[in-house]
Amino acid sequence: MALAIELTGITKRFPGVVANDDINLEVAEGEIHAICGENGAGKSTLMKILYGMQPPDSGTIRIGGEVVELHSPAQAIDLGIGMVHQHFMLADQLTVLENVILGAEPMRSLGRIDFQTGREHLDEVGRAYGLDINAHDLVETLEVGERQRVEIIKVLYRGAKILILDEPTAVLVPQEVDELFRNIRELKAGGATILFIDHKLDEVLEIADTITVLRQGRTVGTVKPEDVTAHDLAEMMIGSELPVPDAGASTVTEEVALAIDGLRVIGEGDRAVVDGVSLSVHRGEIVGIAGVEGNGQAELVNAIIGLDDPDEGTITLLGREITHLSVRGRREMGLGYVPQDRHRDGLLLGFTLWENSALGHQTETPYSRGPWLSRTGMKDRASRIKADFDVRTPNIEVSAHALSGGNQQKLIVGREMVAGPAVLIANHPTRGIDVGAQAAVWDDIREARAQGLATLLVSADLEELIGLSDTIVVMLRGRLVASLDPNEITPRDLGAYMTGAALETDVA
Amino acid sequence: MTGRLAHRLMLASAAPVAAVVIAVVLSSIVLLISGSNPLAAYADMVEHASKLETQVDILNRATPLYLSGVAAAIGFRMNLFNIGVEGQYLLAFIVSAHVGAQVELPAVLHIAFILVVAMAVGGAFSGAAGVLKVTRGVNEVISTIMLNAVVISGLAAWWIVEWQAGGEISATGGRVGTEPIAESGLLPNINSWLEVFTREIGLGKKLTGMLVVAVAVGVVYHVILNRTVFGFDLRSSGANPTASHVGGVSPKRMVVIAMTLSGAVAGLVGMTELMNTGYYPSNPISLLGFTGIAVALLGRNHPAGVGVAALVFAFLDVSSGILQISGAASREIVEIMKGVIILTAVIAYEVVRRMREREEAAAAAAAMASSPAAAS
Repeated sequence: MALAIELTGITKRFPGVVANDDINLEVAEGEIHAICGENGAGKSTLMKILYGMQPPDSGTIRIGGEVVELHSPAQAIDLGIGMVHQHFMLADQLTVLENVILGAEPMRSLGRIDFQTGREHLDEVGRAYGLDINAHDLVETLEVGERQRVEIIKVLYRGAKILILDEPTAVLVPQEVDELFRNIRELKAGGATILFIDHKLDEVLEIADTITVLRQGRTVGTVKPEDVTAHDLAEMMIGSELPVPDAGASTVTEEVALAIDGLRVIGEGDRAVVDGVSLSVHRGEIVGIAGVEGNGQAELVNAIIGLDDPDEGTITLLGREITHLSVRGRREMGLGYVPQDRHRDGLLLGFTLWENSALGHQTETPYSRGPWLSRTGMKDRASRIKADFDVRTPNIEVSAHALSGGNQQKLIVGREMVAGPAVLIANHPTRGIDVGAQAAVWDDIREARAQGLATLLVSADLEELIGLSDTIVVMLRGRLVASLDPNEITPRDLGAYMTGAALETDVA
Repeated sequence: MTGRLAHRLMLASAAPVAAVVIAVVLSSIVLLISGSNPLAAYADMVEHASKLETQVDILNRATPLYLSGVAAAIGFRMNLFNIGVEGQYLLAFIVSAHVGAQVELPAVLHIAFILVVAMAVGGAFSGAAGVLKVTRGVNEVISTIMLNAVVISGLAAWWIVEWQAGGEISATGGRVGTEPIAESGLLPNINSWLEVFTREIGLGKKLTGMLVVAVAVGVVYHVILNRTVFGFDLRSSGANPTASHVGGVSPKRMVVIAMTLSGAVAGLVGMTELMNTGYYPSNPISLLGFTGIAVALLGRNHPAGVGVAALVFAFLDVSSGILQISGAASREIVEIMKGVIILTAVIAYEVVRRMREREEAAAAAAAMASSPAAAS
C-alpha cells in the first residue's frame, strides 16, 4: 500500500531536552494510525513538526512519496494535511458555516462572501464523509462532540486528506467517543488518512489499524491492535506495568470533616450554577465528584475554598461554619487545595521553588513567625517536598517555570500535604501529567487518606474517580443527581449518569 | 558556588550596563550629527560631576527622584501603574506646607508631624484610586491621570491662592507661596556628615536631610518586601493574583494597600523642597512623579537598583546645566540619553530574563534526565 506519510530520523531538541530523537514513522494511505505515549513522550512535538509549526533539527518528511520541507501550517494544508487541535478554535458567536469558511471564504465580486458556494461545498464534504451537521446552528449552542465535528469539517473543507487528531477523546464522555469513532470510520471510508494521538489504551485498540508507541522521544515500536493487549501497550509506553488507581481497604470514619448543606451559587444571568448541593466528607474518606465539565464543579470548589461567596446554604469545616470565612482563614484551619490549573491558580512561575512551597501557607509555621518570613523554614520545607515527593529539580532555587508539568504538580501536591491538611480539595489533580507523576499523586492522596485526610476529588478521569473514591457523586447542571458505589460502577455507566442519560431511563 | 554567584551577578548587571553603554553610543551619534564633539561634552559632564558641590546637587536631585521611583516601584510590584505620583506629591506638598505652618511644635515633633501629614495625604489620595479600582473597576492608570489633573490644575491652583502668605515670603524677595513653616519644622542640612569625608562644601550648597529619610524608606521597602509575610503577599499577588488569591491573599485588599503605600511614599517626594525652603511656592518643582516611573523601570523596582537609577538620572539632570554653560553641546542631549537608556534597559532586561529562563529550564531538564526513573 502507498505511504501517505513517511518520517525518517526526525530529531528535535529544545534547550536541555531532546523532544524527538530519531523518530521513524510510516503511515499507509487510508489507515487509522494511532500514536501513543505518555505526556512528554514527544507526540505533540512530532505532530507540530508534521503540521509545519516547528521545523525538525534533522530528518526527512515525505508526503505521498515526495520529500517536503514544512515551514508553516499553511504549507501543510496545501499538502492536504489538517490538524484538529485538542482545544477547539471556534468563534462561539458565529454559525457552523461561518466558522468553517473562516479564513478560506469563497468570494464573489466586490469582496462579498459567497455563502451559497460555501454552503454547497460544506454539504458536499459532509456527505462525502458521512458527517452530519446543521450549517446554520450557532456554535455556542452545540455540544462538545458537535463542536469537534465542526473542527473536523473545517479541516476537510480545506481539502485535507490526512487528518491529525490531537487527543480528540480527552474532552468527550464515553457516548460521545462512540460517535466520534463512528465518524472516524466514515472518514476512513471516504478515503482519508487519520493520525490519531491518544494515550487511552482501550480506545486506541478499538479504533486504530496500526499503533506506533513513543517513549521519551523515541519510537518504541509499531504494532497491529490484533497482536497486542492493553497490557502490552502499557508496558511499551512506560517501560513497566501501568499503575492503576486503587484505594485499597476503606479507612472511612464516622467523623465528618467537611459538610456542605443546601449550597446555592447564582451565576451569570441569575442561573443557579450550584443548586442546592449537600454532601459530607468524613475523615479518611475520598468523595469523588463526577460530571461533564461546566456543570458547576468549578463553582462548588470555589465556594468551598472561599473564592466565591455562596448565595445560600452553609459550609462547615471541622465543626465550624466557614461559609463566609476568608480564604486565608480556611487555609489556616487546615483546608488544602490542589487546583485544576496549576499555572493560573497554583504557582508563582517566576518565583523560586522555596517561595512556591510556601504559597498558601505563608502565615503558618515554619514558613513565618509573626509578621516575619522565615527563609530557613521555607527552604527546609522545600527541600523536604523535593525529597519526599520526588520533585525532579537541580535545586530549590530555580524558578517554578523551569519544571515540567508533572514536577510542578508534585510540588503543589507536596506543598499541600506537608502542611498537614484536615481536608483536601483535589481539583483534577492529575490532569496533564505523565503516568509516573500521576501514580505518585495517587499514592500521596491514598497515604494521607489512611492517616485520616478527608478528600473531595473532582476529576474528569473516570478511572481515577472509580479507583480512588469511597463514594462518587455525579454533578449535573449544578445539582448532585446520583450517589454511586465505585465498586459497582463502570466508566460507561458513570458516563451515562454524567450526561443525564441514565437518569432519564431511570425515570422512564 | 562563588562562580555561580558571580555568573548571576553578571547576568543581573549586564542589562543596565548594556543600556548605559548603548545610550552613550547612540547619544554620541546624535551629538555628531548635530555638529558637537561628543568626547568634549562627556569630558565636561564628568569634570563637572567630580566637584564636591556638583555631587551635592546630584544627591539633592537624586533624593526626590529616589522617593518617586520607590513610590512607582511599590505599584509595579503589585502590577499597578501608579501614574499619579505627580499629583500625589504636589497635593501632599501643598497640604503639609499649609498645615505645618499652622502648628507650633518642638523641632523633632514638628518635622515628624509634617512628614506624616504628607504621607497621609499622598496615601489617601492614591488609595482612593485603589478603592475605585476594586469597587468600580476603574483602571488605576485612568483614575490617577485624572487625579493628577484634579491636583495640578484644580486643588493646588486654588489653594495656592487661598493659602497665599501676605507680602514677600523669602529673603530673595518677590516670590509668592504659602505661609512659611517655622524653623522648628525644617529638616537641617547634613553638610557636616559629608564634610567628614572630604572638605567644606562651598557655594552655599546644602545637602538635604531628606537623603536620610530616603535611605530609610529604601531600607524599609526592602525589608518589608523581602522579609515579611505582607511583602510576600504583595509580591505574590502582583505576580499572579489568582494563585495568590487561592493562597489566601485577597487581591482587592492588596490593590488598595499597595496604592496607599505607593501614595504615602509619593507624599515624601516634595519634602526635599519643603524641608529646605519651608513653603509651597507658586512654581514648585514638578515632573518628579513622571521621572520616577522611568527611575523605577531602570532600577527594576529593586531598592538598590532604583537608587542607582536615581543617581544616574540626577547626574544627567545636573550635567545638562554645565553643557549649556560650556557650550559643548545642547542640554537637550541629556533628555535623549534618558530616553535611550530607558528603551535599551527595557530590551536588555527582557533579553537577560529569557537567557536566565533558558538556563534554568535546561538545568531542570538535565536533572530529570539524570534521575533513573524519569518517565517523561
